[in-house]
Amino acid sequence: MNWPILSVTTFLPLLGALLIIIMGRGDSPVAKGTARWIALWTTLITFAISLLMVWHFDPSSSEFQFVEKHEWLGVASYHMGVDGISLPFVILTTALMPICILASWTSVQKRVKEYMIAFLVLETLMVGTFASLDLVLFYLFFEGGLIPMFLIIGIWGGPRRVYASFKFFLYTLLGSVLMLLAIMAMYWSAHTTDITVLLRHGFPVGLQKWAWFAFFASFAVKMPMWPVHTWLPDAHVEAPTAGSVILAAILLKMGGYGFLRFSLPMFPAASHDFAPFIFTLSVVAIVYTSLVALMQEDVKKLIAYSSVAHMGFVTMGIFAATTQGVSGGIFQMISHGLVSGALFLCVGVVYDRMHTREIAVYGGLVNRMPLYAAIFMLFTMANVGLPGTSGFVGEFLSLLGTFQINTSVAAIATLGVILSACYALWLYRKIIFGPLKPAMEGIKDIGWREGLIFAPLVALTILFGVAPNLVLNVSAASVDHLLARYDQGVKAAQAEEAAAKLAQAAGPTAREVKIVSVAR
Amino acid sequence: MNEITTLHGLMPILPELVLALGAMVLLMIGVVGGERNSGFVNGLAILMLVSAGGVLLALPAGRYTMFGGSFVLDDYARYLKILALTGSAGALLLSMDYLKIEKQQKFEYGALFLLSTLGMMLLISAADLIALYLGLELMSLALYVVAAFNRDSAKSTEAGLKYFVLGALSSGMLLYGASLIYGFTGTVSFAGIAKATHAGASIGLVFGLVFLFVGFCFKISAVPFHMWTPDVYEGAPTPVTAFFASAPKVAGVAIFARATIMAFPGIIHEWQQIVVFVSIASMALGAFAAIGQRNIKRLLAYSSIGHMGFALVGIAAGTQQGIQGVLIYMAIYVSMTLGTFAVVLSMRRDGQAVENIADLAGLSRTHPTTAFFLLILMFSLAGIPPMAGFFAKFYVFLAAINAGLYALAVIGVVTSVVGAYYYLAIVKTMYFDDPAPGFRPMPLSLRFVLGVAGLINLLFFVYPAALVGVAAVAAKSLF
Repeated sequence: MNWPILSVTTFLPLLGALLIIIMGRGDSPVAKGTARWIALWTTLITFAISLLMVWHFDPSSSEFQFVEKHEWLGVASYHMGVDGISLPFVILTTALMPICILASWTSVQKRVKEYMIAFLVLETLMVGTFASLDLVLFYLFFEGGLIPMFLIIGIWGGPRRVYASFKFFLYTLLGSVLMLLAIMAMYWSAHTTDITVLLRHGFPVGLQKWAWFAFFASFAVKMPMWPVHTWLPDAHVEAPTAGSVILAAILLKMGGYGFLRFSLPMFPAASHDFAPFIFTLSVVAIVYTSLVALMQEDVKKLIAYSSVAHMGFVTMGIFAATTQGVSGGIFQMISHGLVSGALFLCVGVVYDRMHTREIAVYGGLVNRMPLYAAIFMLFTMANVGLPGTSGFVGEFLSLLGTFQINTSVAAIATLGVILSACYALWLYRKIIFGPLKPAMEGIKDIGWREGLIFAPLVALTILFGVAPNLVLNVSAASVDHLLARYDQGVKAAQAEEAAAKLAQAAGPTAREVKIVSVAR
Repeated sequence: MNEITTLHGLMPILPELVLALGAMVLLMIGVVGGERNSGFVNGLAILMLVSAGGVLLALPAGRYTMFGGSFVLDDYARYLKILALTGSAGALLLSMDYLKIEKQQKFEYGALFLLSTLGMMLLISAADLIALYLGLELMSLALYVVAAFNRDSAKSTEAGLKYFVLGALSSGMLLYGASLIYGFTGTVSFAGIAKATHAGASIGLVFGLVFLFVGFCFKISAVPFHMWTPDVYEGAPTPVTAFFASAPKVAGVAIFARATIMAFPGIIHEWQQIVVFVSIASMALGAFAAIGQRNIKRLLAYSSIGHMGFALVGIAAGTQQGIQGVLIYMAIYVSMTLGTFAVVLSMRRDGQAVENIADLAGLSRTHPTTAFFLLILMFSLAGIPPMAGFFAKFYVFLAAINAGLYALAVIGVVTSVVGAYYYLAIVKTMYFDDPAPGFRPMPLSLRFVLGVAGLINLLFFVYPAALVGVAAVAAKSLF
């Protein structure tokens, strides 16, 4: 590779956005069409280039690949690269974007040009988040993503969109600014913000704890973990369909990715010490938000709460810090990206037809929309974690990984699997089965465009369910490397602590010896 | 030291001479030509500001002192003078169209801008307390007059009077502080004061320091000496408000930093806590008090109070990185302010200026380009990456963390989240609300200022090294 493939993948959507600005003028149907087609082709080409990256990626190495580095800020540099942990997320992002553009093809009719620009800018920022190897650069992409998402929720969202967009923006910003301060403290400790260097740097345990909390504040909100998850249902309910898909499938994953990339390897001692804290929050999230999901009357809200519960499995698996746990966490994130994205698309399909998300309005759809019912069932099952779908592998591995560390946590978390079956099947029965509601008489089954959207998601959900190694192999080397570093860090901190205790214990003795010798 | 024996010895103050002589020439032209010429006079004034900047850049590099050490030209002064000149020229450019429409074509306007800018230049270069006071007063007196420039408007007159009375009070305090410092150290030069205080300070000197700081805080409208700001911002003609918010703030922060770093390096622990307090108070008040504002000029007044708080974070650090952060902050602040005021000046409906935030409703439909640039500026003011405003905050907080001012940094970033709320509210008004009737088409001069400011803020991240590097050199010359 002698061309900067990662930068091209990152900034190509921005170029597409620029093209839309230049090309389309006015709000005529032609201008709308142009904007849609430019956005679709841009995202498709970006996806193709990112696939090229998979082709050239060496999964046996834990090193960062496709690395680019240039002078930038003085403090920070423009440093990009991917390893087995970040590559799946980059691909997930580029793969879902064309689907999102297609999903908005007819449902978005006002300000199409701005809509497409916002999504393309968002894609650049999301890919950049996963691909940056410098903390300041990471922060830039991470935070920058708030701007287009704020506009997407606020302009194209539902009736309470203003409230939802403000809550989303301010909540996430508050978490992130503390992380920024931690980044600065890390800079003054290590004199660099280069992630590759920081990964090898041993931070003092005191700093580790503070920095861990600051990063936690940011990623826990983004993830979102209980009890800072309250922005998510609002944002999901008000966002347009494609916005919900991106939010659930990719933006949430930034939190998990952050834990994997920063918290675990850079602050191993702190991560080890605070693991019980994370376990507690995760278990509460899994059980409590599943119960909350049972009570919802709005389809999107139900799926939003189920997302929080599923993310609980991810954090639990990651902080178990076992091979199975971490791999399971990564797999669960990828799988949830596909499944929850698809579920929101399913909601979008009926919302476009009926313009309501209230569960009680729907019923008996299987009579009029058999194909839709089949697709919806597959994703409902994947959401529950049925073996054979990708949802099973992620949940199983994270539970397995946690079981080795903490049996009771794993046991309670397994309750979540049962509860997820409760709410998901209940939702399915309400909407799809039962007598056909009179209002649903004229409803049409999904068309070819919608079929095209679901086809890849259906295929991948089943494929990853039966052949999970496709994902696990890519990340295996990096996960092993990460855990080796984590264990080393934990051991070093424990040795340091033991030595300090020993010195404390030995202290008085040494003094006594001295006194004795002076007395003599 | 260069003494004034030849014309060559005047070299370091050539830019100031250009402004001083330029102001007189403008007055002559104005008197001879009458009010018909005011457009021409203002254009000429911009030309003077630009040529003063050109002369400044053409001067040989290095550090020069004049007038027995009370005037110093170093890289720090060069950087901030260019900034002040840019701010003044930008504000004057914003005024041209406004004066024509409002029929306020008086030729003194350009000359007063030049005189005020001259005061700022002297203030930035001041290296003793006397020069400091002279520069400050020259700057302020011209500002009092332009605040009341629309003399038929009660609001404008009130703004001018209020500014004058409170300004005079603060000047008095500053003078009192200066005299105390002189009394306890026996010298007025910054270098001499530094020598006298390097071992610590007597209680009397600290008193003097506090009074001196009161004067500074008043000029940069930092809490608790900010009370004049919203009223004066609202009452003064809008382009004058743009001027108040940009160039004088640069000069005020410049002398604040120079005085603390050059004259009181030995007693950093005494003044650091004052600056930390003022900084926290300004950030917090700027964030909370702006939330309830309906008038965009008042909102920007509180916003500027908050921003001065952020700039002071860098001074509080008291290190070279801190000063570098302040310098970067002020440059980006000036660009954000001028750009935002260009939009405020374009808010005219049916021949009347409108100033409510609600008047911006649906701007993204009626004027998409203007709305997009204002969106960039709002996110920049809020400090959201990748806009320039983020880097401004990044460098000052980076210095604060290094100086161990953790509480200041944490409170600072939290208030920036609170502040983000009202910038978002403007974006919401423009993008989420239903359109109000459109404004008149934007004149070319306003488009130019808005375009340049918007692009600087949007594209800063592409090549930040340019400004960061220059600011580093400038900060180094102060230590």
